[in-house]
Amino acid sequence: MPETIDEVAIQLQVNRKPYSAKVEPRMLLVELLREVFNLTGTHVGCDTTYCGACTVLMNGVTVKSCTMFAVQADGAEILTVEGLEKEGKLHPIQKAFGDSYGLQCGYCTPGLMLSTLQLVTKNHDPSDKEIRKAIAGNTCRCTGYQNIFKAVRLAGQNMKGA
Amino acid sequence: MYPRPFHYHRASSLNEAATMLAQLGNEAKLLAGGQSLIPLMKLRLANPLHLVDLNFVSGTSYIREEEDAVRFGALTRHAEIENSNISARIPLVHDCAAGIADVQVRNRGTIGGSVAEADPSGDWATALLTQKTEVQCVSPRGERKLPLADFITDAYSTVLEPDELVREIVVRLPEKGSGSAYVAFKRSAPVYPTASAAVQLTMDGEVCKDVAIVLGCVGLVPVKATAAESALWGRRVDDKAVTAVMEAVRVAADPQSDMRGSADYKRTLAAALVKRSIEVAVRRAHGEPVEVSHIYA
Repeated sequence: MPETIDEVAIQLQVNRKPYSAKVEPRMLLVELLREVFNLTGTHVGCDTTYCGACTVLMNGVTVKSCTMFAVQADGAEILTVEGLEKEGKLHPIQKAFGDSYGLQCGYCTPGLMLSTLQLVTKNHDPSDKEIRKAIAGNTCRCTGYQNIFKAVRLAGQNMKGA
Repeated sequence: MYPRPFHYHRASSLNEAATMLAQLGNEAKLLAGGQSLIPLMKLRLANPLHLVDLNFVSGTSYIREEEDAVRFGALTRHAEIENSNISARIPLVHDCAAGIADVQVRNRGTIGGSVAEADPSGDWATALLTQKTEVQCVSPRGERKLPLADFITDAYSTVLEPDELVREIVVRLPEKGSGSAYVAFKRSAPVYPTASAAVQLTMDGEVCKDVAIVLGCVGLVPVKATAAESALWGRRVDDKAVTAVMEAVRVAADPQSDMRGSADYKRTLAAALVKRSIEVAVRRAHGEPVEVSHIYA
């Protein structure tokens, strides 16, 4: 085991704001967001690349932030659930999840909303098959997914006007 | 969960990465998509002292369509292949890319990383072994190109030297009038398949002129089912021939019983997946577009 490890200086954008940090190379992106930047909306579920609770957008595509090192996000643009809301107004996807009762305990919801964002940005009218594929990497243990499907469909409709 | 501490090195070219590997020695690992390596490091099943990150090397992610081949840069993400128009040229490549794990993992995971890891449950090697596939490798001594069949030597083992890495995967275009399919079964989206089957065949009317069948997850390396191929070669693709193929697949498969299922179950599953892949490949060979990918509950 190495005796001393050099920390690495990184700069990135999170939710449209500049951030910088010095991180140990083994620090995971989700730890940087939660423990250093205090953005605790991104959750840690399984911590084994399964459940998707830690999903964030990196440079416009979803990633599991428990399966990336923080140093790999150097220079990247990250969007977390905190960045969905703008000027005190809920994002159309947040509104859709609320209006459709697309959550119960809410633990998986930040990740699900970001997976929904990647889907409905390109496709406002996703089929059930497309929704199923888009959220296959996000596990919900409460809802049985029916209302999440409703929320994703409504999110697509909401995004048409957005 | 935290991995053991490691030193982080960011390569700016693949040649530089190879030089770094040569200098750092056996305790260095390459970081490509990281979707297998990082989980292994978090579980402390892999404990590299040095990590050489390839993700900041530009020009390593591409799909180049040439007259007789398609070239994939080693760091091309599964999602980039899924979202390309590759299915028009080599349908099974799209089947494979579109079903690996889930959206988030496909956004990160790379074709070169998957082939170089040589996980017995990985998807790419199984699919690509039915094609004329070559692996272009680079080391401080220069470059070499190997057929994929010679590249993987055992579970998690390849011919790569400690200071050598994959630059490109080259897949020759299959001949006209041929069809292919890759179908894997997994218990849920994010997990590795329980078994998978890849088929490439050329049809002359109802008769199969040429065929390659490879099975995944049922051996330490992908299994080329030569007896199953012989059962189809030069024959009408009918129920009788397919039944003979399935019987040969059951014999060729050499799976382990584990949490994904018993060995006998996996043999039966592999045979069923081959049957399904043959059906799709034949329809595609006749010009019918068919959408398939991984199946999960």
